[in-house]
Amino acid sequence: MSGTFLFDGQPVPFEDGQTILQAARAAGHYVPHLCWHPDFPAHGSCKLCIVKVAGRHVSSCAMPAKDGMEVESNTPEINGERRALLQMLFVEGNHFCPSCEKSGNCQLQALAYELEMLTPRFNHFFPDRPVDASHPDVLLDFNRCIFCELCVRASRDVDGKNVFALTERGIHKHLAVNAESGRLADTDFSAGDRAASICPVGVILTKRVGFASPIGARKYDAQPIRVVAMQEDE
Amino acid sequence: MDTAASEVSRPKLRVATTSLAGCFGCHMSLLDIDEHLFELAQLVDFDRSPITDIKHCGPCDVGLIEGGVCNAENVHVLREFRRNCKILVAVGACAVNGGLPAQRNHLDLGACLQQVYQFRDGVAQPQIPNDPELPLLLDKVHPIHEVVRIDYFVPGCPPSGEALWKFLTDLIAGRTPRLSHPLLHYD
Repeated sequence: MSGTFLFDGQPVPFEDGQTILQAARAAGHYVPHLCWHPDFPAHGSCKLCIVKVAGRHVSSCAMPAKDGMEVESNTPEINGERRALLQMLFVEGNHFCPSCEKSGNCQLQALAYELEMLTPRFNHFFPDRPVDASHPDVLLDFNRCIFCELCVRASRDVDGKNVFALTERGIHKHLAVNAESGRLADTDFSAGDRAASICPVGVILTKRVGFASPIGARKYDAQPIRVVAMQEDE
Repeated sequence: MDTAASEVSRPKLRVATTSLAGCFGCHMSLLDIDEHLFELAQLVDFDRSPITDIKHCGPCDVGLIEGGVCNAENVHVLREFRRNCKILVAVGACAVNGGLPAQRNHLDLGACLQQVYQFRDGVAQPQIPNDPELPLLLDKVHPIHEVVRIDYFVPGCPPSGEALWKFLTDLIAGRTPRLSHPLLHYD
């Protein structure tokens, strides 16, 4: 069944099976997201794509569109909640942007700019997970991980290698490498894998290419993520 | 309304600045407003600051804090600023979230001091400095909002001169300061 719903007051058509996020995006409306990727099924962990439908906050990446529903996305209430979610992600990791190779090309950072996050506000966790630099071509900084599982999904479903996994529970949850030793060097991972380039933040970094783009020429320097994300398939 | 007259009659704001566990880069960025410094001098008087000779912060309208909190003296200075400033502003990544100095937070402090003052090659009389005149380091570097209440945050490492000028002119004019793309950045 296809139909039309209202997205921030604008009519948006949808096909059967489309989620709110997919239909809104197809109609040219940007919805903030981190763990969602057009090439993969919805994940629902980052919650940045929340919208308000019939008084309830729902994840637009997972919620099927229904005829006649009224969706609020770009409102002070929803953006405030998104900003709080970003603040939580920032304090849970070590997001020292001034020394991060991903700065300027990072979706987490660009979204925080988009939502005008001026401070992470909460007390910092300062996690201490050792860097894995064992692989000849790729470096892993686990302290920047936002648990979107895009690398897990890309490695398992696209590369057919199943290199990554999330392990443990609660705040102890972290990204792990599926090797007896836990080291990336002891897997068949390669820098050409889909999983090597899909990380939205600065966890999976190709060695010897950092800081190559001049400031001003990076992905989100000239245009905000709401513009960049609609021009490409990330 | 005669805005020109009200501008003239408005008393100058008093502004204090300091660098805690900072690199003075945020102060250099403030100087990067270049000729706007002359306008700023018309609008504000500086209290305690690295650019004045005043030793302690007196009653002020605005306090600009650069750097995180890494030692005991930083805590005293920060509390002095909070007591005296109506509006306290965290300027730069270090003040906002600890910044790059907070990368020491996963290291043992004793081991850090030993590495630098005892075990490093070429040190003549290896010992960790222990004179009581020296402030003791805290075991972790903290953002300043974990020590005192902060009214505004200006991120950036450093914030650009344009961003600081926009922030200050908003604040001085009585507007809620707002930084958005492209003035807003963390690096």
